[in-house]
Amino acid sequence: MSDEPIVQMTGITKDFTGVRALDGVDFTLRPGEIHAIMGENGAGKSTLIKVLTGVHSPDAGRILLDGEPVRFNSPGHAQAGGIATVYQEVNLTENLSVAENLFAGREPRLGPFINFRAMRRRAKALLSDIGVDLNVAAPLSSYSIATQQLVAIARAVDIDAKVLILDEPTSSLDREEVAVLLRVMRSLADSGCAMVFISHFLDQVYEICDRMTVLRNGTLVGEWATADLPENELIGHMLGREVETLDALDRRRPHDRPAQSTPLVSAAGLGRKGAVAPFDLDIHEGEVIGLAGLLGSGRTETARLIAGADRHDTGTIAFDGRRIGGHSPRTAAARGIGFCPENRKTEGLVGDLTVAENMILAMQASRGWARAIPPARRSELVAEFIDKLDIRPANPDLPVRHLSGGNQQKVLLARWMLIEPRLLILDEPTRGIDVGAKADIQRLVAELSDAGMAVLFISAELDEVTRLSDRIAVLRDRELIDILHEESDMTTDRIVDTIVTRGSAE
Amino acid sequence: MNLASPVQTAGGGRASAYFKRLMWPLIVLAALLIVNIAVTGFDFIVPSVHDGRLGGAFVNILRRSAPLLLIALGMTLVIATKGIDLSVGAVYAIGAAIACQYILNGDQSALGVVVTAVTLALAIAALIGAWNGAMVAYFGVQPIVATLILMIAGRGIAQLITGGQIPSVADDSPFVSIGRGAIATVPVPIIIGVAVFAALVLLTRTTALGMLLESVGGNPEASRLAGIRAKGITVLAYLIAGICAGLAGIIGAANLGSADANNGGLWIELDAILAVVIGGTTLLGGRFFLVGTTIGVAIIGTLEVTIINVGLSSQWQFTAKAIVVFIVAMLQSPEFRAWILRPFRTGRPGRTPAAHDPEKAPAK
Repeated sequence: MSDEPIVQMTGITKDFTGVRALDGVDFTLRPGEIHAIMGENGAGKSTLIKVLTGVHSPDAGRILLDGEPVRFNSPGHAQAGGIATVYQEVNLTENLSVAENLFAGREPRLGPFINFRAMRRRAKALLSDIGVDLNVAAPLSSYSIATQQLVAIARAVDIDAKVLILDEPTSSLDREEVAVLLRVMRSLADSGCAMVFISHFLDQVYEICDRMTVLRNGTLVGEWATADLPENELIGHMLGREVETLDALDRRRPHDRPAQSTPLVSAAGLGRKGAVAPFDLDIHEGEVIGLAGLLGSGRTETARLIAGADRHDTGTIAFDGRRIGGHSPRTAAARGIGFCPENRKTEGLVGDLTVAENMILAMQASRGWARAIPPARRSELVAEFIDKLDIRPANPDLPVRHLSGGNQQKVLLARWMLIEPRLLILDEPTRGIDVGAKADIQRLVAELSDAGMAVLFISAELDEVTRLSDRIAVLRDRELIDILHEESDMTTDRIVDTIVTRGSAE
Repeated sequence: MNLASPVQTAGGGRASAYFKRLMWPLIVLAALLIVNIAVTGFDFIVPSVHDGRLGGAFVNILRRSAPLLLIALGMTLVIATKGIDLSVGAVYAIGAAIACQYILNGDQSALGVVVTAVTLALAIAALIGAWNGAMVAYFGVQPIVATLILMIAGRGIAQLITGGQIPSVADDSPFVSIGRGAIATVPVPIIIGVAVFAALVLLTRTTALGMLLESVGGNPEASRLAGIRAKGITVLAYLIAGICAGLAGIIGAANLGSADANNGGLWIELDAILAVVIGGTTLLGGRFFLVGTTIGVAIIGTLEVTIINVGLSSQWQFTAKAIVVFIVAMLQSPEFRAWILRPFRTGRPGRTPAAHDPEKAPAK
């Protein structure tokens, strides 16, 4: 095994109409190693992989494969060059047999006919090479997703892939299936195949990977050997500390709340199978609760249960001390719970409707269709909030999809502020928006809570969470593991510690 | 969802968005009218008065298009919810059958019997619409499947009502004047068409119904999270479409003086969908244009006459309709317009149709 890198990407830059997804990223892959690419949502992992596999072409930078400069135009082109990808969703044909899938497009022939006997024999041999024993004549659909993934890997191996990319292969597998997959990966690596592994399960990354490259906001943070980078440092690198950009805003002074007050919202044993384990959480008036945790830790799921967006299957939720029966977005809005979901475009805004219409949607919904908001009142309200939130362009009749991300987020905020909610749930309100809008939204959260509104605030950026929150609920692996409430606990390091220590204590 | 958005430039309010949607259909309608005037003279467009009622080629087109207009207006609301209603042709037949059969069983010349018959037919049509809507909204059946059931079964139901016969109403029954009569020289079907159009515009645009329909059709999940009662609104849209179809059937039956369960309103659902699409409402749901639909109906109605006026044989009817629809569809496509105008635009770099969505691409 030589130390010559098999893949060397240098200075890779990729722009998507105004948004820089990758900025001068380097990535080196050596034969026989399993290399993790780590980073939060939007860090640029997928874009980097897509540049390597020819889905996107880079705007700058170069790629060396085996020391030769290459430029792939399509995934097929990359595959011919020896780079194969196994995605989270298996891209094989379920109704064909295992053997047919393995040899699709390159079946062993006997004259003009397919030699099924040879195909099955070779398929059997191929699978046993990676330590899997299957009935190769059975349709692929008769096997689990995990097994289908192994078949996809076997196919990639047999077409002489020098580089195998595994993009979140374990996210739908159970514990034992993961163990088999990791064993197969290790044996392939030992035979010289280089592998790129993308996963948000840190324990798997630490178990199987030799090296890791960490990305954040489209830039390279660094490359480390797994043994040299403890988990807490890794999390710190992934989450980052953008202190310099948002320095201007000081940490908000926490509220002195009366000790005995009835919580505004009280969740007891609230949970949903497959989404988040049962948790207890009280939210008081005027309080900002931060939800912190890595991607996939259950932050969004927690917020959605409290917002009534998803049904809970265990526990109870009470509002003003009274237990809520059928909790749905409509009844939640009627009680004064506003929810800005994580994905503005698909779950928040109606792109075709105008800024004004999107703003008044929740208010109108609560009045019913027959009682339209009088036009004069409507223009007045819309103008007031466009001004208050500094929405640009300040044109209420523009379709909302023409606005930038930050302004779209403000429209969504205005929708809920219009109904004067008592609890506002904000899921990643600052993701993907520019720094100015980010600061505006943070300032707004502070103001609203000073005026007595409760806020549940989710952000992948821990600085933001620590700066705004009175208390921070920390999640890991779909479980609420701790609620930090001491003033001295409101630091990024403390959150990272909580995630790491509580996780490994199990 | 950007497929049918001619509004690429920033700025401009609702009025200009409206105008841009309606510009191409209006041009096509104007072109058709000009062709007819050129061939047959100004008599085509100028109404004349015969026997105390308006006549002339264009007035006749409008009169004959009234049933299609009603159905297309109802269809517009259904399509705005991201749905479709294939059963309207069958509801047309059911409405016609109920009204005629009820009148035949009573005193044909009594006004009371006619009023009861019409009310009964509309009530049943509303019920059918609500049934369609309930299947879609409450049981999650895909709209095309839910309404296909009655598209197939509806004509059978109409046959059961008429006992397999074609019931004929006597020419002296007040019922017949719904199709053939005139009030203050204006033909009754035109009056009904205008009245329903005005009622729907008022219903959707002076209340919040229009906006909520567009919201539910434009983004169902966002609407749910905003607390909108999407189910009730969806049912209402199908219910209105049902009433419109029933009323269309009554006008059609009154005009003919009979109800043909097999052929009354045959394929009218497809013409209605066509009119809606020509009028600028996309099948993806969201924004809807009742004025556009009306123009679409006028185009379809005028086209049939144009074919005869320019001397083509009636066999040309379907082909010519397809050609005009093709032209309108192409004119409404921003990609096609950019492509066809490219030779005339020098120096200005065009937007590539395959441009990446800036926020979608770098996600994750």
